[in-house]
Amino acid sequence: MRRLSLTLPAILLAAPAVAADLNVTVQIPQLNVAEYHRPYTAVWVEREDHSVAAQLAVWYAQKESKEGAGTKWLPELRQWWRRGGRDLQMPVDGVSGATRPAGDQKLSFHQGKAPLAELAPGKYELVVEAARETGGREVVRVPFTWPAAAPQQLAAQGSSELGAVKVDLAP
Amino acid sequence: MIKHSLKWGALAMALALPFSAQAHKMWMVPSATNVSGNDPWVTVDAAVSNDLFYPDHMPVQLDRVVVTAPDGQTAKPENALTGQYRSVFDVHLTQPGTYKIAAVNGGLFANYEVDGQKKRWRGDAAELDKAIPTNAKNVEVSESINRVETFVTNGKPSDGALKPSGKGLELLPVTRVTDLASGEAATFQLLLDGKPASNLKVMAIAGETRYRNAPEEIDVTTDKDGKFSVTWPHAGMYWVSASTQDTKSSIKQAKQRRLSYAATLEVLPQ
Repeated sequence: MRRLSLTLPAILLAAPAVAADLNVTVQIPQLNVAEYHRPYTAVWVEREDHSVAAQLAVWYAQKESKEGAGTKWLPELRQWWRRGGRDLQMPVDGVSGATRPAGDQKLSFHQGKAPLAELAPGKYELVVEAARETGGREVVRVPFTWPAAAPQQLAAQGSSELGAVKVDLAP
Repeated sequence: MIKHSLKWGALAMALALPFSAQAHKMWMVPSATNVSGNDPWVTVDAAVSNDLFYPDHMPVQLDRVVVTAPDGQTAKPENALTGQYRSVFDVHLTQPGTYKIAAVNGGLFANYEVDGQKKRWRGDAAELDKAIPTNAKNVEVSESINRVETFVTNGKPSDGALKPSGKGLELLPVTRVTDLASGEAATFQLLLDGKPASNLKVMAIAGETRYRNAPEEIDVTTDKDGKFSVTWPHAGMYWVSASTQDTKSSIKQAKQRRLSYAATLEVLPQ
């Protein structure tokens, strides 16, 4: 074990393309409201200049209508929409999907594999935005440095439309 | 009809007066500034009032409304109606990109005296010679060009509809005009006849004026390139306006030209 802990950072420095993991848990809170709709939710990685480094997930209503019922409301995820959501042509394989129920939604991403792709070493923020029909909207940000030198557990807490957002980094 | 035209004349005068705090504000407010989906529409309210954005005085004349699509072509407002206090129309956003919705008012004003009596006239350049009696004295003619705009983006923003006409006061967005957010600075360029309008006062007022006691006007001045920045203190619909006057009227009888510009811009929360 001792040998491993010494050599791992050396490997990382030599080859940043080594398979690093980014595991995200998005807690969608149980809400006691008269009219509940599952929230539209987007998960993405932002660079320091707010440009999008990776689009990780977007969950929206999949129903069809003349208006494109599901996609009509995507701009309600305001930050995501402006930061790059509108550049995507829905649906996006491996990224877009149906809205999720309350509970812990676990997502796993791997360096070099879509949708995370090749994340250059640097400072980032994992951003989660949720907007709920007849409800509110919330953005939660978890800053992180990539790649992690050692396993790292980061978290931030939402207060209304999102619960805990956890980011587990594996070197 | 006479009453109606007098009212319009008085209004046009009021709109033409630069920096007059009492001047009525002309505005158009879209139901959304960012839309998506297979078949997006917005509905637009267009009115003239003191308080923003409450229609309580006059509607905007629909024949003044010009919708420019992202490809630069004119799009037709649909389902238009004019009520007592406001006009309403829909815009069907059939193209991806940014639409410009404008209402352009222009005309001539004349003050003159006949037999010692002061008279006023308002109309178009073609009618001017016929309208003023030959025995009129102290004839003073001025031209006005007023432009009111708002913007809506379907999907990704684009610049095709934002090309200035080169006539009067116009706004050229530097920051994406439908991407404004509270706490962030947005930059614009003000143009006069297509050239940078430097050292002009620009005023921004947030809507919902009924629910606060102070106007909370934000005043900025354009720099030598006609550029100005506004940092939005909070989310909401803002009315951004500027006005000026000069002697560069294209109408030879008009000594003075009065120009104004106003845009309704949406600022979203972070």
